[in-house]
Amino acid sequence: MNHIRALVLTGYGLNCDNETAYALRLAGSDAHRVHINALIHGSVNLTDFQIMVFGGGFSWGDDHGAGVIQAVRMKTNLGDKILEFIDAGNLVIGICNGFQTLVNLGLLPGFDHDYTRRSVALTFNDCGNFRNDWVTLKVISKSSCIVTHGLDRLELPVRHGEGKFYAGPTTIRRLIDDNQVVLRYSMSDGRPADGKFPFNPNGSIYDIAGICDPSGRIFGLMPHPEAFNHWTNHPDWTRIKENNKRRQSKVESGPTAGIQLFKNAVEYIRNGTIK
Amino acid sequence: MPYRLEIALKSELFDAEGNGIRQKAKNYFGIDLVSVRCVYIVTIDADLSKDQLKTIQTEIFTNPVTQISSLDPLDMEFDWTIWVGYRPGVRDNPGSTAVEAVEDILGIRFGPGQAIYTSKRYCLKGKGLTAEDMDKIAAELLANDIIQQWKIFPADQWNPAQGTGIIIPRVILDHTPTVSTISVGSDSTLKKISDQRGLALNPADIPFIRSYFLDAKVQASRASVDLSDPTDIELEYISQARSDHCNHNTFRGLFRYSDLETGETEVVDNLFKTCIETPTLTLKEKNPWVVSVLWDNAGVGRFDNNHYYVITGETHNSPSNMEAYGGAITGIVGVYRDPLGTGKGSKLVMGSYGYCVGPRDYNGVLKPRLHPRRLLDGVIEGVRDGGNKSGIPTTFGQVLFHPGYMGKCLVFVTALGIMPAFIGEEPSETKKTSPGELLIMCGGRVGKDGIHGVTASSETFSEHTPAGHVQIGDPYTQKKMHDFLLEARDRDLIRFITDNGGGGLSSSVGESARFSNGCEVQLEKVPLKYQGLDQWEIWVSESQERMTVAVNPTHLERFMELSGMHAVESTVIGSYTHTGKLHITYNGRTCAYIDMDFLTSGFPQWEFDAQWQASERRGLFEPVLKEPSDYEALLKDLLSRPNICSKEWISRQYDHEVQGSSVIKPLVGADRDVNSDAVVIRPVIDSKKGLVFSQALLPAYSAIDAYHMTSCTIDEAVRRLLAVGGNFDRIGGVDNFCWPSIQFHPQDNPDGKFKAAQLVRSCRALRDICLSYEIPLLSGKDSMYVDGHLTGPYGETHKVSALETLQFSATSVIDDIEKCVTMDSKMPGDLVYVLGTTRNELGGSEYYEHLGYVGRNVPHVFPEKFAHLYRALGHAVDQERAASVHGIYRGGLGVHLAMVAMGGNLGMTVDLGLVPTDPLDCNDVILFSESAGRFIVTIDSENQKIFEEIFKGLACACIGSVTHESDFIIKGIDGRPLISIPVQELKDAWKKPFGELI
Repeated sequence: MNHIRALVLTGYGLNCDNETAYALRLAGSDAHRVHINALIHGSVNLTDFQIMVFGGGFSWGDDHGAGVIQAVRMKTNLGDKILEFIDAGNLVIGICNGFQTLVNLGLLPGFDHDYTRRSVALTFNDCGNFRNDWVTLKVISKSSCIVTHGLDRLELPVRHGEGKFYAGPTTIRRLIDDNQVVLRYSMSDGRPADGKFPFNPNGSIYDIAGICDPSGRIFGLMPHPEAFNHWTNHPDWTRIKENNKRRQSKVESGPTAGIQLFKNAVEYIRNGTIK
Repeated sequence: MPYRLEIALKSELFDAEGNGIRQKAKNYFGIDLVSVRCVYIVTIDADLSKDQLKTIQTEIFTNPVTQISSLDPLDMEFDWTIWVGYRPGVRDNPGSTAVEAVEDILGIRFGPGQAIYTSKRYCLKGKGLTAEDMDKIAAELLANDIIQQWKIFPADQWNPAQGTGIIIPRVILDHTPTVSTISVGSDSTLKKISDQRGLALNPADIPFIRSYFLDAKVQASRASVDLSDPTDIELEYISQARSDHCNHNTFRGLFRYSDLETGETEVVDNLFKTCIETPTLTLKEKNPWVVSVLWDNAGVGRFDNNHYYVITGETHNSPSNMEAYGGAITGIVGVYRDPLGTGKGSKLVMGSYGYCVGPRDYNGVLKPRLHPRRLLDGVIEGVRDGGNKSGIPTTFGQVLFHPGYMGKCLVFVTALGIMPAFIGEEPSETKKTSPGELLIMCGGRVGKDGIHGVTASSETFSEHTPAGHVQIGDPYTQKKMHDFLLEARDRDLIRFITDNGGGGLSSSVGESARFSNGCEVQLEKVPLKYQGLDQWEIWVSESQERMTVAVNPTHLERFMELSGMHAVESTVIGSYTHTGKLHITYNGRTCAYIDMDFLTSGFPQWEFDAQWQASERRGLFEPVLKEPSDYEALLKDLLSRPNICSKEWISRQYDHEVQGSSVIKPLVGADRDVNSDAVVIRPVIDSKKGLVFSQALLPAYSAIDAYHMTSCTIDEAVRRLLAVGGNFDRIGGVDNFCWPSIQFHPQDNPDGKFKAAQLVRSCRALRDICLSYEIPLLSGKDSMYVDGHLTGPYGETHKVSALETLQFSATSVIDDIEKCVTMDSKMPGDLVYVLGTTRNELGGSEYYEHLGYVGRNVPHVFPEKFAHLYRALGHAVDQERAASVHGIYRGGLGVHLAMVAMGGNLGMTVDLGLVPTDPLDCNDVILFSESAGRFIVTIDSENQKIFEEIFKGLACACIGSVTHESDFIIKGIDGRPLISIPVQELKDAWKKPFGELI
């Protein structure tokens, strides 16, 4: 398949739709911003897409728990269609508010292929405030996640007030054992942050920054890959540039780590498999 | 029947909000709490079945993983519980979204009067807590009595079945809307009525208003619509339009200026015209990149061939001073409507903030309504929620502490947007209304919000009176409207758009109807939050999140369909005409009928006496100081001063990277913790071109001369742009004046003439520097009454006036973002240069302030001379010869060398004897003078020759180098070591004051 269509939700206070669609285009897909109501009213059909992104933002103002009302609206009006979309072998990515929505929908963690049960939560940061900072993420290589395939470590910005990953000990154990933990907050050398602020910016249990479902095709993460769409998004880029100049190396080229995630998604759909 | 659902985090989960309250109670009041747990209360005032309640309880209001909930009061442990809820009519954003969610999941619609309200109760535990402690925590930490009510329950008086009781803050106005007429019999009766109704008509305007309504021709025309004497709605309309806020009467006033020193006198007719409009129009002629200025909601400059950027800045001082959170969120969300209402509408791409407040640790005798610390907390949170929830990056900001802002704080908010150069075939910056087009109100509904601003706050409250005069912005509703209107714009469905801010419909409809020369409004069509508003209240209400749009009738269906898709309420409330009349009806009956040209016809000009007394005449002098011996302690103490030290905790609360456009962030350096000179974004995401933005605030210099305060402020904003790579030839400016009252009054404002002279001098500097640097003023605003009356220890009140303050915002562009530079030193071995001359200019400096002096030698700007240096720097950056560039600002060379070293986490060795100076023989002058026009640059030593060639003949000298060692070393002019201290120690000092805040 050469023409990969990606859908990015908009409306009701979502706000990362433009740059997420841009990132998906850089990754080689035909990305469309689609209003939640356009899907509900049926003027746009989910069946025309292979990648669906629940993006960042403040849907319904984050009132009553981030992602909660979006999940209610999607479940009430589109629940079956989303399940069919997943059954058809497509990809679902939830970023920040989108991740919060996926866990409230129950699409994650999707234990035993039950995509309706809420068993994990993203709750208020332990630091007590919204926080925007760059974090280092360790990719768990054993995870079955399609989107992070082949990556080891990456840096991305977090921007949230409710990003603390929380679940009971049994659930956490199961996520680990079943290789559903995909990303962990870590120190710059890749060691786990071990709860240490600001490396783990929100107090997430087991430093969890992103998880996937058992199939690896539904993936949610708190950090924002779409906000690392150009190398000048990186907080150290002027330092990296100066360093490269002194060593006579070239300026940065190739996709950023953020774009690479989306490329993995597009390539998977294109090839029907992970390379 | 109403239901009350209580929700709390499971007891094993950490309650971050509760913990924050616990810490603040300890830090602010010394009250020791063992724990605080929060309970969210959702009160549902609607008839729902048991099953329906169960559904919404489990699906919406309770997270099974983290929360517990109950329709009966939760059994929580506490020694005291404090319940806090909104007063009637206060915007309850979570209440409204709850209604949306409940309607969606149950497939029902709430009827009139049915609603959901949210409130909280806090369960506090601690030893020996008293009722007084609880009063303090409730009134000074958890709630603000203007918008909230509270109840305090000790554990032994808690009824576990009843809990807090069910409290429904519904607005009930038992009132039939009535239009009243007002007699214009004599000037004094009209004045009296104006005062009674809070119309704030200027006494000088009253005879002119009367003569209009007494004119025979006017009377005959009014008789044709059954009107005689003016109605309340008409006078409200006139009052709004003539207010200083809308009309800038002060800046358009006549100033009789005299200099008591030189005997110079000058009559300045209209500061706006002479110092802002004329220079800007002159520059617009010369610079085709200036697209649209001085008439629309914001100014427009060319970004690239296909895009324009849009900018404006506002203040929201008085409301924030009363209710910090509500005032600030309303301010930022409000200013975002200006670019949205500029041209045919622009997309918001960036915001910034500036806060001027009293000292955070103030413990003096005066009693401001809100302690500066609490006020700052609230303002920070308001802008945080307003900006973050709008999906607009808040990339830049400043905070300034000074006791003068105890009387009234300043909250500056600035907004930038971007729009395509063309919408269809038409230039995007143009718009007009035409007869026959429909007048549509979009967004929120109308209530008693903001009517007559904060003057209403002294009214007493009853249980169901709306406390609407203090507003809480709703970024969620506005974000939906923003997305909708941009889509409508791109489909070419918008003929005209403007926002509803100050003055509400009165001002948006009044102004938009000037283009077509008339309009008819059917006021009963305006959707209301609750019934019972008088017609004049609907007309002037400042309820937020509304835009007024003109739509061609043939486009109405498409417009309304799109509006529905975006879940935005839009209502046709009238149409544009060319009758020359503003014609308002209510259920078919005329309630206003005024000539469109009345407001632009010959109202009297305001007049001011302005007397300038130079600093010496006011008793200022240079202090007699001998050089310090402990420079290390001095430098650390300067770095710890509140106006210099790190305020990272604020920047990190603000989403500064949403939209994926971030190039230069607010915090930079090896540890990403030192303030950048300016910020850069990529507003057109697939372009390499950057938009550069900076701001400056230097009110301390006003203590000596507001002329130099102004010139230095502009110069700083300019240097900040240049430091990151902004183009010197493409700078646009925004002036935001905040001035104490300038109208002389022998008792109430005895130094009014001096403050008026300061304003004249400030405007002259604005004119001089902007003309010289070729900075058109793309936008600007003024807020003229920055005074407050504070109660002292004996019940006496003190008038506290702010320093004369100008916030200057500057924009520029950079063609290739990959050439941007940051301020942090990059590599050991790099050479450290100082550009520009250091003079004996410690007057008003941070150093003098630290030692308790003002001085006289305020820094001067020499724009022609500086411009050569600035162009050379631009060349060096463009050639990629600079590894870091940083301006020298408040605190002087010593403080800013430290910033460069702290940014790079690298050592530095410099020799003060090498700094380009006017002849100076004191190290402290070189280190702490705040002379304008200077930079610190570090370069790769390979580039030395080329770099020095670029600056040949200009003030530029290599003063040392960046080092491997971790020490910051400064040698004095006699070669003696003055400072030798680890960079980390400097950073610790700089971070210490606010380092524990998150």
